[in-house]
Amino acid sequence: MTLSGAIAVAGVYEHPTRWAPDKTEFQIMAESAKGALDDAGLTIGDVDALFAASMTMSGMGIVDLAEYLDLKPTYLDGTNIGGSSFFAHVAHAAAAIHAGMCEVALVLYGSTAASNAMAIGTGMGGERRDPAASFSAPYGMTTVGSYALVAQLHQQRFGTTSEQLAEIAVTMRHHASLNPNAKMRTPITVDDVLASRIISEPLHLLDCCIISDGGGAVVVTSAERARDLPKAPVLLLGCGESVAHQEVGRQDLITTAARQSGGKAFAMAGVTHDDIDLCMIYDSFTITVLATLENLGFCKVGDGGSFVSDGRIGLGGALPVNPDGGGLSSNHPGMRGIFLVIEAVKQLRGECDARQVEGAQLACVHGTGGTLGVAHSGATLILGTEP
Amino acid sequence: MSGFNHPTPYASWETRGWWEGAGRGEIVLQRCTSCGLVQHKPRAICVKCLTDTIEHFVASGRGTIHTFTVTHQNGVPPFSGQLPYVLAYVELEEGPRVLTNVVGADPASLAIGQAVVADFASTPRDDDEAIAVPRFRPA
Repeated sequence: MTLSGAIAVAGVYEHPTRWAPDKTEFQIMAESAKGALDDAGLTIGDVDALFAASMTMSGMGIVDLAEYLDLKPTYLDGTNIGGSSFFAHVAHAAAAIHAGMCEVALVLYGSTAASNAMAIGTGMGGERRDPAASFSAPYGMTTVGSYALVAQLHQQRFGTTSEQLAEIAVTMRHHASLNPNAKMRTPITVDDVLASRIISEPLHLLDCCIISDGGGAVVVTSAERARDLPKAPVLLLGCGESVAHQEVGRQDLITTAARQSGGKAFAMAGVTHDDIDLCMIYDSFTITVLATLENLGFCKVGDGGSFVSDGRIGLGGALPVNPDGGGLSSNHPGMRGIFLVIEAVKQLRGECDARQVEGAQLACVHGTGGTLGVAHSGATLILGTEP
Repeated sequence: MSGFNHPTPYASWETRGWWEGAGRGEIVLQRCTSCGLVQHKPRAICVKCLTDTIEHFVASGRGTIHTFTVTHQNGVPPFSGQLPYVLAYVELEEGPRVLTNVVGADPASLAIGQAVVADFASTPRDDDEAIAVPRFRPA
């Protein structure tokens, strides 16, 4: 039996907090685990596989987390490839369940990035006693700077405008205004984005994701088992992973990791771009969304600027993207990937009230981790209601 | 802006050819003597044929701006005191693109495709090794 359609997401939970100075990462993960297991109609005693990554978990962090939860899983995976880690966790869990190595996988994320005042976009770097980091740190490479390098090249090569990038931020804010848990809900205009201060040219403050606290959990099991659980199963139809890096000095900054992971996920799912009802696209910065849509094949490379204009990616448009408001406006506690999976599942179940994509049956979900123009990971999931 | 300061890089035995070359005022790249691949960043093996037949050679130090960003916010010293500054990829004549800074120019005057030449900032060390950080300025 093929993997596509054999595995389901049976439970999800997005922690409502955006500011949690009184909580730890593991506490947020545990609270989220309870939420997702309740949603799935399962208990912690059913869990035999544990997946997690976070901003501060060390190389053996998954063992510390197992101890915190007093779990002894038969399958452990602490893969950390940045904000896209949780897509990889879902895919790895699916493969392990499909191979019979475990039955119920719990994927967790928790973070206090905001209340710990982590300056994720512009504060890291400086002197590093690390020979590999010494090829970027002496130059003041910031996270936002690495994305700005791509944005600048895209603008120069294809004529993409800052107005077109701003359109993405405006759309995400509109979506957030419909999400009661979103951190930034006051509508903004293209002019607001362009008038916000430049962080790293051509990216403005409002081209950048917010920083919040938060966490979430996802429960993965076999489609067969999920059919006996209370919520309608959301099936994993396709998945793929990839990395993009400096390629011994030959990197093509316009080709992102989404090209490879998306191609693999679409091929496995056996669906076309026209079949997709909504996208969840990691929106660390506006350029991330534009470059990802191009590389996933929703439009030609170079055409992303016009593609995101005229309401196409808004609710009611031809391809709604991030109805929750995304990292640009809802929440972004450092590594945001798990929220994209959670929102996709809730959309496919029809649980999203004012921000619901009507009749959503098929979602393309893509995460980007790391520093876009320097080294990043990508992971794509195709999720659907039917095999 | 040519007084732009950098944190001290840390070299391993795999990467010291690059940094020591910079200390002599040279851009030093690696080439595989088996397959001819020119590679950057430096490493102990040729990534194409997985041999250790690596030689170092002195590059021209000339290139063009592949892309750049004028950085207006960075909370980390010494960059926090040197804003705005230019982070860039420079494509060297020999092929590799290197992450670097472009100094010695009004950031607003820079353009993708512009010709640049290497410029070297020696970094203080408490031993007697001479290393420098290679960055670029308009040709």
